[in-house]
Amino acid sequence: MRLDSIDKNLLNVLQDELPLVSRPFEELGKGLGISEEDVISRVKRLLEEGVIRRIGPIIDIKKLGGVSTLVAMSVPSERVDETAAMINEYPEVTHNYLRSHRYNVWFTISASSKERLEEILGEIKKLGYELIDLPATKMFKIRVKFDMK
Amino acid sequence: MDDMDVKLLKLTQDGIPLTPRPFADTAKSLGISEEEVITRLKKMMSMGIIHRFGASIAHRAIGIIANAMCVWDVPSERVDEVGRIIASFDEVTHCYERLRSNKWKYNVFTMVHGHDKGECRVLAERIAKATGMYDYEILFSERELKKAGVRIE
Repeated sequence: MRLDSIDKNLLNVLQDELPLVSRPFEELGKGLGISEEDVISRVKRLLEEGVIRRIGPIIDIKKLGGVSTLVAMSVPSERVDETAAMINEYPEVTHNYLRSHRYNVWFTISASSKERLEEILGEIKKLGYELIDLPATKMFKIRVKFDMK
Repeated sequence: MDDMDVKLLKLTQDGIPLTPRPFADTAKSLGISEEEVITRLKKMMSMGIIHRFGASIAHRAIGIIANAMCVWDVPSERVDEVGRIIASFDEVTHCYERLRSNKWKYNVFTMVHGHDKGECRVLAERIAKATGMYDYEILFSERELKKAGVRIE
């Protein structure tokens, strides 16, 4: 897809924050020098094209008493698709990547409680593949933003 | 945090309506005022429950196609210092210390992004020089199997 310079500016601003005001798209438009209507139609197009996944709250589950972890699993390549499909069925599994390593399936679980996390891990262990549970002990950085020039 | 906050999060976590007054539309479905929706969202942001309110971007769609996880074996007494240095690199989006185990010796995990694998390799080497930590591995992503936001059920 083609992004013009206004699209790129819009994406840069929207990645940071949608203003929490009555007419947020009008507010964004003011900064970009375009109308509210233009902002909304651009956002709709970027959503349709899959550039924007959604506009909404990014929730910090830990603040709600939740827990998360990273799991590395060693799955034979011919079993990756079916295994991933089973793992991905859990809404608590937020990211899952196939990586080039002996441990090839890497996924994160964000659950509402320690008990729920253990339950999911227990079920996944039953698949019989070697896995490592890698809970974070310290967070140094989380910043998912890319400047588009 | 009360029941209405939870309802508000559930209603907006998959995306707000793309209308001139999205919070008024959200308010209508909850039976509260637009002002209350905005106040509650601001409150949850200041409490850190909402980490950010904005757009989630599909990085692959904008040409950021190489994503690598770099893992480092850092002596425990140097983790804080090394973590801070790594976090200062713009191309690093995530940096965590994680539990070591007998199956896995690396304790510092970083996500790096680039337009291609070469960019990620160069960056890892720059980080190694900056920190003096040369015991690392790069695990490139071959395929995205799932990517979703954190949701509450």
